[in-house]
Amino acid sequence: MNADPIGVLTGSHYLDGDHSCSEGAIAAGCRFSAGYPITPSTEVVERLASRFPRVGGRFQQFEDELAASIAVLGAVWGGAKAVTVTSGPGFSLMMEHIGLAAITECPVVYINVQRGGPSTGLPTQPAQGDMMQARFGSHGDYRLIALCPNSPQECFDLTLRAFNLAEEYRVPVVVMLDEVVGHMTEKVVIPPADQIEVTPRRYTSKKPGDFKLFEAAEGSLVPEMVKAGDGYRVHVTGLTHDERGYPAMNVVAQDKMVKRQFAKIVENADKIITFEEKNLLGAEAVVVSFGITSRIAEKGMQLAREKGAKVGSFRLITAWPFPEKQIIELSKKVKAFVVPELNMGQMSLEVERLAAGRCRTIPVLHAGGTVHNPEVIAEAILEAVR
Amino acid sequence: MSELRENPVNEYLRLDRLPSIWCPGCGIGTTVNCFTRALTESKLDLDKVAIVSGIGCTGRVAGYMNLDSFHTTHGRAIPFATGLKLANPDLKVVVYSGDGDLSAIGGNHLVHAARRNADLLVVCVNNFTYGMTGGQVTPTTPISAVASTTPYGAYEETFNLPNLMDACGAVYVARWTAFHVRQIAKSMGEGLKKKGFRFIEIIAPCPTLYLRRNKLGDGLDEMKYYKEKSVVKNGADTREVGLDYHDKIVVGKFVDRERPTLEEAMDKRFTDVLGAKYVPYTSPGKQPLA
Repeated sequence: MNADPIGVLTGSHYLDGDHSCSEGAIAAGCRFSAGYPITPSTEVVERLASRFPRVGGRFQQFEDELAASIAVLGAVWGGAKAVTVTSGPGFSLMMEHIGLAAITECPVVYINVQRGGPSTGLPTQPAQGDMMQARFGSHGDYRLIALCPNSPQECFDLTLRAFNLAEEYRVPVVVMLDEVVGHMTEKVVIPPADQIEVTPRRYTSKKPGDFKLFEAAEGSLVPEMVKAGDGYRVHVTGLTHDERGYPAMNVVAQDKMVKRQFAKIVENADKIITFEEKNLLGAEAVVVSFGITSRIAEKGMQLAREKGAKVGSFRLITAWPFPEKQIIELSKKVKAFVVPELNMGQMSLEVERLAAGRCRTIPVLHAGGTVHNPEVIAEAILEAVR
Repeated sequence: MSELRENPVNEYLRLDRLPSIWCPGCGIGTTVNCFTRALTESKLDLDKVAIVSGIGCTGRVAGYMNLDSFHTTHGRAIPFATGLKLANPDLKVVVYSGDGDLSAIGGNHLVHAARRNADLLVVCVNNFTYGMTGGQVTPTTPISAVASTTPYGAYEETFNLPNLMDACGAVYVARWTAFHVRQIAKSMGEGLKKKGFRFIEIIAPCPTLYLRRNKLGDGLDEMKYYKEKSVVKNGADTREVGLDYHDKIVVGKFVDRERPTLEEAMDKRFTDVLGAKYVPYTSPGKQPLA
């Protein structure tokens, strides 16, 4: 279906990444947000607090991130599309509810504008140190989707897509910005509402009594949804549960629940994963990058090409699930991957694992606080093609 | 011969989930029985009543109720319920949890939900202990009472929950014991009717842990204690209703007042400031059945 025109600010705008996320959420049909202030993410909810009363939405600031991150789940079960937004320390506090969203298969969006860590770290400066936390941060085994925009335009596009993916797979989706992408201001083009594709909630057409909240729909691995108040009298629990949603604390139920929740992401990975490839033909080295680092890597590649390096680019747009097939294929063709990231080695571990010794992986690591010096990336590329 | 009649409580319960996990003599089931009676009296459309629990013995209540029911995380039932209610204002939302869940790990949410007058009925079953994890000390365990983590007796000042809720602005505050079944049902009925943050504390026995460890007998002994030591004082000053170890229990309806709910305050502010530009939130409506 198309976006509700009431919320869509069609036109060209000069927006920062944080504000662009807000517009992406509104265009996606999000009408509930809960938040707690934290730099450098607060602008997202500030804009929602201002915009929502004019478009029929509700924003509630809560007493902490624990509350905000579960209030959105309550809102989803109430029938709204919902988002919460945070950064480092808040993201840590939200982990329990990302797990609850995963086990209850709650379609919800979390936005994390990454800053330097650990702990309070560098509140106003960028990092990409939460990538593995986005994947594994809540306890237990689950799979979710994480997207990493590298521009304000992509903040709009990917926040919108995050909502669509959440509904498609009944899964929490995390949008992983970094401080620079969140605060950089660029042109953002918002299309007309009738050109914005929005995935509605997959409400069941079954009648109460025939419907099981955690039974995969026919021909799918994803169960259909209901909301509170419609007579289904559902039970939703963070305990391991059977298809009815009833607690079932035994090995068989655990196996069935966890494996289907894995499979709905793993087996649909090709449909979920997006990436951007450039100059791969004849490349001897490939820079694998994401978020703000991909913008810096462009300059690094240009400098290396001026010195004769044949280098291509593979930009992660979906961080999780990881584009495993693509990296494996590339690893058969190139001498090395160069992986710049604003952390001490997270996505580079994935690349190295998938390259499996077929080619070198050269991480270009940075503890965060600013972006890379492009010359350092260029040097790594030159070393890679030597 | 009289016909075999169905237990009137049945329609409110997920019978396929019984028996419950609760121990013999536990007070939680008693409160659930009272809740079903309040629901009957309320004549509410049960499809529009949602129940939210946290974690713990009382946290299991949601799972036994034949309502839209949510068993959330430890301490976070209130913010979940707040989100549910804000997103679906047609619902009547009840939070049902224990003293540890609501006032310790969930204490921050409890005070803020009362302050902002979130439109929730909160039922707090206070058995003075963490039952599910084996009887540890909670913010309500009276001084000198033994718990597994206060083996020599508790020594911290306790929360006087009615006073805390009163101070935070709750519009309805009552306390009863599991002995006062009719009063509980009546209070719950009033709570279901009223808007805003309503708080009902129910003192209830935990025979397996709290009573046994403190050599206070069984569930029945505790009922006798409630009967003998409870003093009904409707409208009592909540500063005077704190509980001491195995001492008198002041019960009654302490607070019943009006204050704009969170949703009403929100609507008024936006209407005043934005006028015609304000687009009020509308319930997502009934989902289309194919």
